[in-house]
Amino acid sequence: MSVKLTTRQVGDVTVVDAVGRITLGDGASTFRDTIRDLAAGGKKKLLLNLAEVSYIDSSGIGEMVSGFTTVTNQGGQVKLLNLTKRVKDLLQITKLYTVFEVFEDEAAAVRSYS
Amino acid sequence: MAEHDRVAAQTVEELLESTLESVDQAEEIVLRLATAMGFDEDDLHRIGIAVRECMVNAVVHGNRYHSRKKVHLNVARTPDQLEILIGDEGGSFDVSKLPDPLAEENLLRQSGRGLLMMRAFMDEFQVRQRQPLGTEVRMVKKLAKAGQ
Repeated sequence: MSVKLTTRQVGDVTVVDAVGRITLGDGASTFRDTIRDLAAGGKKKLLLNLAEVSYIDSSGIGEMVSGFTTVTNQGGQVKLLNLTKRVKDLLQITKLYTVFEVFEDEAAAVRSYS
Repeated sequence: MAEHDRVAAQTVEELLESTLESVDQAEEIVLRLATAMGFDEDDLHRIGIAVRECMVNAVVHGNRYHSRKKVHLNVARTPDQLEILIGDEGGSFDVSKLPDPLAEENLLRQSGRGLLMMRAFMDEFQVRQRQPLGTEVRMVKKLAKAGQ
């Protein structure tokens, strides 16, 4: 199953709920397009909820980093919420835990945006 | 070799097209053997990711989706380990010359993490030149280390 993304607004933070796999092909491109569309639409505080993401490959990781860079360069912030153990392991292996701010509580995450 | 070993040993060879569908196909073939060997869920996940990353490299970077070039998949199962060989028919490359994806200046690069993930998830990992042309990756997952 490719990734399904839905967005919701919590105050001025846009939460992106992802379900499925973010891998080369449909999954990664859907993810990229959604982040770019949100950034283009002026959404600068993005919270990616990955609780239901079962699988991310290096292309998916690449799209997360690309989205992070795009939004950060526009003065925004991208943070991560509810990582599964497998996704956490990937962030450890790739050292991206030093790049992304990660939360396990949505309310705390939303409060953290400046 | 014990009777049990002879029964359990199995080799699968496939010649795959240079398409992204082959990535799914290779993952399925390898995971079928790995599941039968008794690898746990976490190790199956790691093996699956390593195979997908390797196949994507072979299809996209090695064969560049060329319809006349094939990906050579060879999976050998013994009671103790799973050995996976994935070869393409593209050019060769020097692994040591690839940028280090963990270097501070490369952390925000969009690509270049595939080999790192394969190394991290498998017990043995080697890249060698394939004869007469192309690159072959050898990866091994040992059953004794399942769950570690």
